[in-house]
Amino acid sequence: MDSCVKIINEWDIVAARQLGRNVAKDLGFGTVDQARITTAISELARNIYLYAGQGQVCIEKTEAVGKTGLIIISEDQGPGINDLRKVMEDGFSTSGGLGAGLPGVKRLVDEFTIESNPGEGTLIKAIKWLR
Amino acid sequence: MRIPILKLHDCLLVSIQWELDDQTALQFQEDLLHKIHETSARGVVIDFTSIDFIDSFIAKVLGDVISMSKLMGAKVVITGIQPAVAITLIELGIRLEDVLTALDLEKGLEKLQRELED
Ligand SMILES: Nc1ncnc2c1ncn2[C@@H]1O[C@H](COP(=O)(O)OP(=O)(O)OP(=O)(O)O)[C@@H](O)[C@H]1O
Ligand SMILES: [Mg+2]
Repeated sequence: MDSCVKIINEWDIVAARQLGRNVAKDLGFGTVDQARITTAISELARNIYLYAGQGQVCIEKTEAVGKTGLIIISEDQGPGINDLRKVMEDGFSTSGGLGAGLPGVKRLVDEFTIESNPGEGTLIKAIKWLR
Repeated sequence: MRIPILKLHDCLLVSIQWELDDQTALQFQEDLLHKIHETSARGVVIDFTSIDFIDSFIAKVLGDVISMSKLMGAKVVITGIQPAVAITLIELGIRLEDVLTALDLEKGLEKLQRELED
C-alpha cells in the first residue's frame, strides 16, 4: 500500500487529502472526523508546498493499547521554523495567510507534535483516534 | 476546470460541485468579480452542498471574494454548509463573521431577495 504522497506542486495537496479521506473512510471514521482529517492534511501539505518547496505527507493506521487511529506524518527538509511557539499562535503568518493552519490542525486532531530545526526541516505528527 | 456562474434576473448563482484545488478557487474569485461587473448583478448565492471540507486557504479565498463582491456592490449569501464543514471551520479558528448564510439554495435566494429589497 502506497501511503505517502510527495508534495511538489499544488495538485499533490489534492492527492494527499484524497488519500487521507480514503484511509479515514476505510478505518471507519465518521463524516465529521473525515472532514477534520482531510482539513488537517490539506493544511500540512500546503505548508510544505508554500514554505519548504517540497516534502512528503504519509497517512497510516496506528495502534495503541485499546485504540486504533490514523497518523499523519508531514516531513520536509525545508528552512525549518525558528520560533515554534510563535507559529502555534492563532493568526501568525509569514505569507499573508490566516495563520489558522498549525494551531487549527492541533485543535482538529487528538495528538500533535512538531519538531523543527532551522536549516534542517520540519517533522509534524498528528494522530486522530477512532472513537 | 472552471466553476460555472449562472445569471438569474439580477443575481448570480454558483453551485460548487467538486473539490476545490487552489487554482480553481483563485480562478473562481476572478471569474465571479468579472461576472458581477459584466452583468451588474446585485447579489450572489454560492452553494456548498457538495463540499465536504474547507481548509484555511479556501476559507481565505472565500472570505476575500465576499469582501470584494461587497466593494463592487453585490451581496453574497453562502448556502449548504454541511455540519462537518461548519465544525471543522470553527475548530480551525475561522469565523466567517458578517457573512449571510442560509440552509439551501432556495432559502439563500429568498434571503438575498429580502436583503436587496431594503
Ligand atoms: N513546513 C514548514 N516549514 C517552514 N515554515 C513553516 C512550515 N509550516 C509552517 N511554517 C511557518 O509557520 C507559519 C504559520 O503556519 P500556519 O499554517 O499556521 O499559517 P499560514 O500558512 O501562514 O496561514 P494559513 O495556513 O492560515 O493559510 C507560516 O506562516 C510559516 O512561516
Ligand atoms: Mg498554513
